[in-house]
This record gives sequence, structure tokens and C-alpha cells, in this order.
Amino acid sequence: MLLIHNGRVLDPSRNFDGPADVLIEGERIARVGPKIEAPGAERLDASGLVVAPGFIDLHCHLREPGNDPAETIESGTRAAARGGFTAVCCMPNTQPVNDNASVTRFILDRAAAVASVRVWPIGAASKGSAGEGLAEIAGMKDAGIVAVTDDGKPIATAKLLRQVMEYTRPLDLPVIEHSEDASLFAGGVMREGPTSVRLGLRGIPAATEAICVARDVQICALTGARLHVAHMSAKDSLDLVREAKRRGLTVTCEVTPHHFTLTGEDVVYDARYKMNPPLASRADREALLAGLADGSVDAIATDHAPHTQASKEVEFDRAPFGITGFETALGLALEALVHSGRLPLARLVELFTSGPARVLGKTRRIAEGEPADLTLFSTEHRWTFRAAESASKSRNTPFDGRSFRGGPMATIVAGRVVWRR
Amino acid sequence: MPAREKTQLLNAAQTGRTIERLGHEIVEKTGEKHGIALIGIRRRGVPLAQRLAQTIRAATGAEAPIGILDITLYRDDLSLVAAHPVVQSTDIPFSVDGRDLILVDDVLFTGRTIRAAMNGLFDLGRPRRILLCVLVDRGHRELPIEATYVGRRVDTRPEDMVEVHLREIDGEDGVLLERAP
Amino acid sequence: MSFTFRHLLGTEALTRDEITFLLNQSRAFQGIQKQPLKKLATLRGKSAVLAFFETSTRTRISFGTAAARLGADTMNLQAESSSTQKGESLMDTVRTLEAMKPDVIVIRHAASGAPHFVAERLGIPVINAGDGVHEHPTQGLLDALTISDRLGRMDGLDVTIVGDILHSRVARSDIHVLSKFGCRITLCGPAMWLPPEIVQIAPNVRLEPRLDPALRGAQVVMVLRVQTERLQEPALPADEYIRLYQMTPERLALARPDALLMHPGPMIRGLEIDPAVADSPQSCVLEQVTNGVAVRMALLYLLTGGAPSGAAAG
Repeated sequence: MLLIHNGRVLDPSRNFDGPADVLIEGERIARVGPKIEAPGAERLDASGLVVAPGFIDLHCHLREPGNDPAETIESGTRAAARGGFTAVCCMPNTQPVNDNASVTRFILDRAAAVASVRVWPIGAASKGSAGEGLAEIAGMKDAGIVAVTDDGKPIATAKLLRQVMEYTRPLDLPVIEHSEDASLFAGGVMREGPTSVRLGLRGIPAATEAICVARDVQICALTGARLHVAHMSAKDSLDLVREAKRRGLTVTCEVTPHHFTLTGEDVVYDARYKMNPPLASRADREALLAGLADGSVDAIATDHAPHTQASKEVEFDRAPFGITGFETALGLALEALVHSGRLPLARLVELFTSGPARVLGKTRRIAEGEPADLTLFSTEHRWTFRAAESASKSRNTPFDGRSFRGGPMATIVAGRVVWRR
Repeated sequence: MPAREKTQLLNAAQTGRTIERLGHEIVEKTGEKHGIALIGIRRRGVPLAQRLAQTIRAATGAEAPIGILDITLYRDDLSLVAAHPVVQSTDIPFSVDGRDLILVDDVLFTGRTIRAAMNGLFDLGRPRRILLCVLVDRGHRELPIEATYVGRRVDTRPEDMVEVHLREIDGEDGVLLERAP
Repeated sequence: MSFTFRHLLGTEALTRDEITFLLNQSRAFQGIQKQPLKKLATLRGKSAVLAFFETSTRTRISFGTAAARLGADTMNLQAESSSTQKGESLMDTVRTLEAMKPDVIVIRHAASGAPHFVAERLGIPVINAGDGVHEHPTQGLLDALTISDRLGRMDGLDVTIVGDILHSRVARSDIHVLSKFGCRITLCGPAMWLPPEIVQIAPNVRLEPRLDPALRGAQVVMVLRVQTERLQEPALPADEYIRLYQMTPERLALARPDALLMHPGPMIRGLEIDPAVADSPQSCVLEQVTNGVAVRMALLYLLTGGAPSGAAAG
């Protein structure tokens, strides 16, 4: 038995925000209420902290299976726990690609053995994510995937996207799209704009993403499937998603912390600023911030993409895309969204909990009988993120050394405290 | 650090007269030889050369051409200085081939500046003869170099400093000796 | 003033005074080149590594000549013969360079930012001899020196640059240098190679895709070469380019009668430039080459001097 007492329970799914204690028995929440008496229970004093439903990250790369020195399920989930995440959805672009049940089972078995948090695998939409034929989606669904994607790339053709969407509809799986037009992207390394021209780096125009989002929305309308736009970075994409929602389509989207914090103007000759989609314009960032506030954006997701030092420490052109993100997500979100006054704390918690849950067709609540997944965080605690101290095996982040006001303080998964600051 | 004492060795009038005397010495020893040219070593060798040329012109009516030589690139101590010093231009508007040259500098000390100057001149051509004229010879040669025309010999210790002031650069003429403590 | 930079990575960060200082120092080295004996012992005992990861005969020879005339030793690292072809990382090449213990590294690389990468990691002065499409600082400086010598001034000139601006590091360096002297710069070329954002990188820059209006009133006309090797996209047919942008005597006549004609080289006679123009009295192409050696000598001299304060230019 674990009693979390003196905390401020904030559960947007039930519109609850106030002082309350939470009693956990085994892996479930036993009771929520004011001043719970629980003699014999282990006690966790949550004074000054917010007690929220366990955070979910819809988008991350754990690099396993694959023997990748950049990350494993074990190290990645430890980093996730330090970021306050209780469940992470890992992308299928591993070695081999997660395109059939046995790879899915491998991931889940591995997670059961070594992971600090829940791992919900996302399966490939096409075999090998090669964009030709369908992957063994139903088999993977039985094995436990929560969505399909060919992330890293868009689903190759409109025709294939239609097939995937029609096929997954009765399976009730959302289709996650990395929306990008290959010919406009070709060879690009950062967002096209004054900085790319100044630095002499090949630019990727904003339209690259929006063109594909437009395609995806059309096919979604055609098929009635559930579309989720991954790591949305552009105003034009957001406008398309808003319009789709208005039309009653099941379209959702996520934004990463780096896209609502940095812009293309921040890019320098340092591959820690290189990711895909690239850092966008100020107008895009402004639009994303507005969308996070007004509900057009459903979730914050990290797109945690670890890479070894050696692979990133090369000329900008040659470096792989991606930065880590678990441990800085909440700090950046508090800074850009709550401390700046853009949106209330409850909305922030939604973006990390009920928002992502809804995308997956799940719920995330603090209520009797629910799984005991909780994220305890502070809105005031001052701390500095140092990449060298990260639990991830990788250090590729532009936020090394950044100071934060507020951040995760404890992470509870299935009733166990998996991390505490 | 205790203040260094500065003694004036030559005042303005004495400096001017010494330079004039050097000019006459040059005229005397070289005669009205056709072809003599003066090469002033930057920085203070340049106004010195100009004044010498004036004296020569006044005495003989002849124009001694003047060249300006910057020896920065020929120094042997560049690797010892902090940052490479600014290079000024060398401007010798005549051929040095077969010419009798008089190198002019303010102070002769170790002789390294003159060695560098000679290297520079030989990169430009093959002078027939090079003579050296200095306002002050303060001794302590590190190379086998001597001046033909010397304004004033001064006894110094190596750590002392000799400052030549010329009105064209410093506002007034003078020679100062700064003794190290 | 003196030059306190440790590296020359670009011209963007140089002030007008610093550029003027560099040009004046270059003039001292112009003089050396006219002497019968062009070789100095100034940098004797010092060594320069010429790390050229992109083919370039002219710039490499220019730097090699500059080093040799200063008495420095050179070591050549060429892309074809280096291990980069086999996949050795820039980092490992950097470590190799460091082990060679040169006094200065001259680097040309296909990736923008590669010289910055090297400079950040090595305690050795780095000169950028051209990085991707970012900058070619010594070209910018030698172009400025050429203009300054021919016209006696650089302030407020009307300069037109013609060619594939988007992919030109020479254009960017020239823009950074000349704009600091109040020059009005017109960029001309096929519209898809005139990125609108380039007018933001320096003041007084405008775009004009049509050649005739771009040339009117120009006191300096710079013709860029057509970079067939850098294009990863559908190229413009040569005949189109010639019809619209080749610099012919008739077109050059639209500029001021005493306008300078410049080209960074190598020229493809008959493509971007008519041979009559290349050999005309207005052409400064040969002076550009000579000035290139002078500018590079000045930089090698200044950057190999002991330990200045440590900032990077560019």
C-alpha cells in the first residue's frame, strides 16, 4: 500500500483540481479523497507537488531491437521515468522493423524484463516500412500494438495510405503519419528561410509538411479512419487539422517541446539543432502555441530520438536527424505554456495525459480502480538539465545546461515509484 | 616597479645639428658620386633619411632618391612575439641593382634590424654597396655589423632603453636614455 | 589596429575597419609579388596543411603559392587521396590533422560549417577556403582589394552579381564584404536561384532576375560560374542560360562605361561569359588571381603569429 498525501490532485478527465490524497493498493488506485487514513501504508509526501495521471508519450524511439549503442528499452525507459512519463509509445523503425507479431512480442517481453515504465509499441503500416505492401497489422494488434505508422517517412502513396486506413479501421487502430513530401524535402537539413540562406544549408520549405497533411486528411475523409499527425511543426498543417476537426473527421495531432520552444533562427552549425521536422519559423511557433492553448493540438509528444555522439559530431549536412527529449519535455512545457501564461496548468496536464490517451482510444484518470500510474511534478522547483547526467545513453540535445522552473519530481507506474528526484 | 630614470642625451637643437652633420659627412665621404640613394628603415629611419636628403641637396644641389623599407617580414624574432606585427609597405621607387645605398636608421643596437634590412634589399636586387648611417650607436652588437656614419655613440647596458624622438613623428626632436633600475 | 582573430571562417562578422586592415596588409604582400625575388623567410619553419575535401586546383595552388612565398612548408590533403572517400569521419580527419601539428589549416569542404567544426575542436588557426555554399572569405577579400585598387575606392558602389546566387558562397562573401562599405548590391540570375531571404543577410541588397535592368548603372559586374557539380536538382539548359544571362560585350555596355568585369574563376568561355568580355580591358580576372595570392599571404602571416586573443572571424 502506498499513500500519496498532501498533494494537489489535478485530473482534467474528471475536471478535478484540488488537495486530495491517493491510496494505492497493488497496481491499482484504491481510493482518492481528502485526508485518507491508511495505517501501515508506505507514505509519499506530495506537499507542494501536483499529482497528475501518469504522463503518456505518444512518440519516441527506443532503438531496440537493433543493437544500437544509442539507446535500449532499458535506458530509454529510465530516461522516460526521469521525465515523468509512465507510458511511452515506441516507433517501429528499429532493426528489424516492428512489422510483425514476433518483433512486437520481443519488444513487450524485453520491456517486461527491464523497462522502468509501460511500453506500448507502435507497429509499422507497411512491410519493412518500405511502402509497398501492408505489414502484418492484425497480428501485431493481437500482440499488443497501439497504432501503426511508417514514421521516419510518410506512408508512401495515397493509395497505400487508403489501404492502411481502411484496413485498420475495424481494428480500431489510429494511423500515425510523419507527413512530408519527399521531393520538396530532398537533401534538406533545416527549415528554408533567412537562416538557411545565411548558413548555406539546404532548406526544407514549410509546404513540405502541409502538402502531405492535406493528402492525409483527404484520405482520412475518404475512409473514416483515425488519423494522427506526428510532430506537427507548421501553421499550415495546424490549419488543415483544425479544418478537418471542424468537418467532424477523427484527426488528431501532437507537437514536440522543441517545436514550441525553438525556431529555425536558433540553428547554428551544431547537429544538436538538426531534427526532422526541422525547427520552424516564428509564425509557426506562435501558431502551435495558440493551438496548444485552444485545443486544436491534442498532445505533447517528445519524438525522443537518441543518436550516439560520434554519429552527431559530424558536419551538419551529414548528421542524422533527431534529439533526445524525455527529460526536458515537462520543464520546457511549463516554461513556454504555463509560466508564460498561455494556458492553465490543467490544460498542460491534459496535453500529457488525457489528450494522448484519447488518441490511442484509452483513458487516463485518477479514480478508484484505475491503474496506479501517476506523475508528481513541481511547478516551482528550480533545476538544471545536464545531458551528461541523463539516463539515456545519448547526449544529443540542444538543451544541455538549460535551467528550468518546475519539472517532474516522482514517477509511479503500476503502483511502484520508478523514479524520484 | 621603481620608475626608470630618463636622461636627455641630446636636446632638440643638438639632435638637429647632429643630423645635419651626418648629412655633410655623407657628402664629404661619398663625394658627388652619382647614384647614391638613401633607404630609410621604418619607422624613424624614414624622416631621418628625408632630412639627410635635404642636407645633401642643400650642399650639392643633387637629389638623393629615398626609399622606404619595412623589415617586419624579415625579422628573425617573429615566432617570439605574441601576434604577428602589422606589416607596413616597402616603397622603393627605383631599382637597387648596381646602386650605392645608404641604409638609415635611428638606433643601432644588436644589429638584427640591419641584417633584416639587408635581406630585404637583396630580395629586391643586387646593390653595388650598402653603407649604414645611424643617429645613435648604443653598442651590444650580436652580429658583425657596423655603421659608417654615426651621430652619437652612447654607453648603455642591454636592459636600458634609448628613445629617439623626431618632430615629424613625435612632435619634437630629442634623444633620451632610460636607465633600468 | 591589429588582427586579433584566431581563425578566418567567414566575412559576415568582420567589421569595415577589420576588412580595411586586412586589405592594407594584403597590399604589403602585393608589393612582394612584384619583386624579382618573391620568396621570404618570414614563415620559415612553419607549416600549413591544405585540406581540400572538394576538388579545386586554383584555390589550392593559390594558397600553396602564398605559403611557399612566405617560406612556409605545405602539406596537401586532397579528397581523392584522403580517407574520406572510405567513410572516415570529419572528426577522425580532424584528429589526424592535429597529430600533424601544423601551424595553420586551410580547409575547403563541401559541407557548410565544416571549417567551424574544425576550428571549434582544434587549437590551430583555421582559414576557410570555401565551405559548401556558405562562404569563400578570401575570395570576398581579394575581390574587394581588386575593386579598391582599380577604382580607388569601395564606398557606395553599385555592384551587380550575376549567376546561381542560391548556391554561391562567393556571392555571399562578396555581399558581406561590400555591403559594409555601403555598396548597393543587385543580385541577378534565374529566379529559382534568387532566394528572397538573401536580401536579409546584409543591407542594400536587391534581387532582379532580368539581366538588362540589373546591369544598368553598375560600376562593378561580377559574373559567377555555373556550378554544374553542385546541382542536385534539375539543371537549367545551357542554351537558356546563355540566352538570358551570358555576359556579352553588348550586355556589359549597359553598365557604366568604366565598369569592372570580375569573375572568381574558373571561367567557362562561351557559357556564362563571352570570350571577348573575358579578355577586355575592363576585365580584372588576372588581377583577381594575383590579389588572391597577396590576400592569402597576408592571412597566413597574420594567423600564424603566436597567440592572439582567440575570437573567430566569421
